[in-house]
Amino acid sequence: MLTIKNLHASINGKEILKGLNLEVKAGEVHAIMGPNGAGKSTLASVLAGKEDYEITEGSVTFDGKDLLDLETEDRAREGLFLAFQYPVEIPGVSNVNFLRTAINEIREYRGEEAISAKDFMALVREKSALVELDSKLATRSVNEGFSGGEKKRNEIFQMAMLEPKLAILDETDSGLDIDALRIVANGVNKLKSPKNATVVITHYQRLLDYIVPDVVHVLYDGKIVKSGPKELALELEEKGYDWIKSEVEAG
Amino acid sequence: MSTLLSVNKLETFRSHLNKTKIGFSNGILENAESFLNQTDFPTTKVEDWKYTRLNKISGIQPSNDTTLDTDVILDYDLGKETFKFIFQNGVLCSSSDANLPEGLTILPLEDCTQEQLASIPYQDNNELFVALNTFYCSSGLYIEVKKNTVVNKTIHIHHIVSGENMVNHVKHFINCGTSSNCNIILTFISGEAKNCMSNVLTNVVVGENAKLNIDKLQLENDGNYGVFNELTEIYANANFTLNTITLGGTLIRNNVHAEIKGQNVECNLNGAYLLKGSAHVDNHTLIEHQVPNCNSNELYKGVMDDKSTGVFNGKVIVHKDAQKTNAFQSNANVLLSKDATINTKPELEIYADDVKCSHGSTTGQLDENAIFYLRARGVSEASARQLLVQAFIEDVLEKIEDENVVNCIHNELSERLGWSFN
Repeated sequence: MLTIKNLHASINGKEILKGLNLEVKAGEVHAIMGPNGAGKSTLASVLAGKEDYEITEGSVTFDGKDLLDLETEDRAREGLFLAFQYPVEIPGVSNVNFLRTAINEIREYRGEEAISAKDFMALVREKSALVELDSKLATRSVNEGFSGGEKKRNEIFQMAMLEPKLAILDETDSGLDIDALRIVANGVNKLKSPKNATVVITHYQRLLDYIVPDVVHVLYDGKIVKSGPKELALELEEKGYDWIKSEVEAG
Repeated sequence: MSTLLSVNKLETFRSHLNKTKIGFSNGILENAESFLNQTDFPTTKVEDWKYTRLNKISGIQPSNDTTLDTDVILDYDLGKETFKFIFQNGVLCSSSDANLPEGLTILPLEDCTQEQLASIPYQDNNELFVALNTFYCSSGLYIEVKKNTVVNKTIHIHHIVSGENMVNHVKHFINCGTSSNCNIILTFISGEAKNCMSNVLTNVVVGENAKLNIDKLQLENDGNYGVFNELTEIYANANFTLNTITLGGTLIRNNVHAEIKGQNVECNLNGAYLLKGSAHVDNHTLIEHQVPNCNSNELYKGVMDDKSTGVFNGKVIVHKDAQKTNAFQSNANVLLSKDATINTKPELEIYADDVKCSHGSTTGQLDENAIFYLRARGVSEASARQLLVQAFIEDVLEKIEDENVVNCIHNELSERLGWSFN
């Protein structure tokens, strides 16, 4: 579904991603872990199409399409979803209003009919229940005045509404208490299917107790330096990242 | 040796205009004339006109052509029944034929008695466009809402300019009696007109315990100019709201002056200006709190694209005796292009010592992070920008109670800016 080959990306002339390779297949859950500054969030931003980054080398194929060639909105329309580490507050724009615009523009892109108001509201009710998001929050301005946990649940609510093929969760667990974490993880797990895939970017192993990955990757200094089964996450939690660093430096 | 001649542009401009035939008293006309004789168009050195150059207006050679273009579509449909009056180039050319309810008088100024004309306040003609409006007034409406009268149907006064170099001076007087209630919509369009100027002055008296709401839609097109004065006296326990929506015009100046003359008044001035091309829109407001225990709220928001310019100058004066005044003023602006400009100046003069007043002004751009966030959900960039601009301006539009007016604004926005509303 997603194939990243030798991806190099820089911001303001500073190279952050230095030849990253990753292959994600339908039905899989991948976790990407790594120390601060390794390039985890850069990877998420680059995949979503943030223009601040310059791609200097490499390729990203998403479902047979050259992802890097697509505008941000077209990536979303092709089925890519990024749950933001820091969801943006947008005063005055209601959650449901913008989601209906999004769904209808996605449907138009795919040559489908617009969603009826009735079906849309039914979908809002169904999906907000999934992440235990108060339906009042669904109608409020996007993230405005939401608590940290509500913002993250809102990300998963939007993901549920848009039903992406590939979801990238960028540090979705950070700042969450254990209840919120459970709710968010439950939401993600319920949305899992053999047809979609999830990439979980995280600093902490804790989330992976709830969202169990098929593969764990270690991102360090702009590259995936180690991949392994879910037990690798436990090892990282226990031993920290220093041994990875010395392993890499030892070559 | 050369002789430097000082050319009085106003004199040239006036030489093409015809003196009013309305029966204002000689004293008023003499006042206006003597003021006009010794003045000229203000330059940007005059504080009140610092950001608005008048050379486009002073450069007009007003046409003497009084024939009205009959091809112009006169109507402006608000989608509901109203008492409708249509002015074309300052001439009343259509009057609502419906029987006006008891307690409501609407007359063209031409048909007013001396007594009725003498009841119009603000006969101080020491301001250029006020004096011009009086001395060259072609027509206007005298609207009197008698004591305790509730006017159930909206009064719609529509103004059209047509042709080229047409200059019109229209004066309305709206007098709301004690405990009356009235809604008025003023619309202004310029269609295919070129280089035309409207000088429309609306005198308003909101009597004790009365409620008056005015929605003003300025839908001028490029190449046309307008100066609008709304001069209002508000008496005890009255409620006055003026919503000014401006969507175009090469030069539009609004002067709103609200004098609060009785206690327990609520005065709301709201404005939205959404400009593109080379539109220039200047909103000057002045609210005077002369007595205690009154509230005024002012919210103006602007969105400037392309090379357009917005000006906001909002002044609130709280006089010495006006204790317990609540006066809030806010002006916020978004610039959508590098070439767009806003000049904003909130002013507060307080001479009382027990008041709550605030004013503020902000100018910014759309939040690029918010745009990226919306795009990452599949919303196109254009829709994302529209959603943000709409959200920004919505605060003002939601002050407008009349749904038909809001629908008209939405239609105009979709025509002018390509917005869609779902």
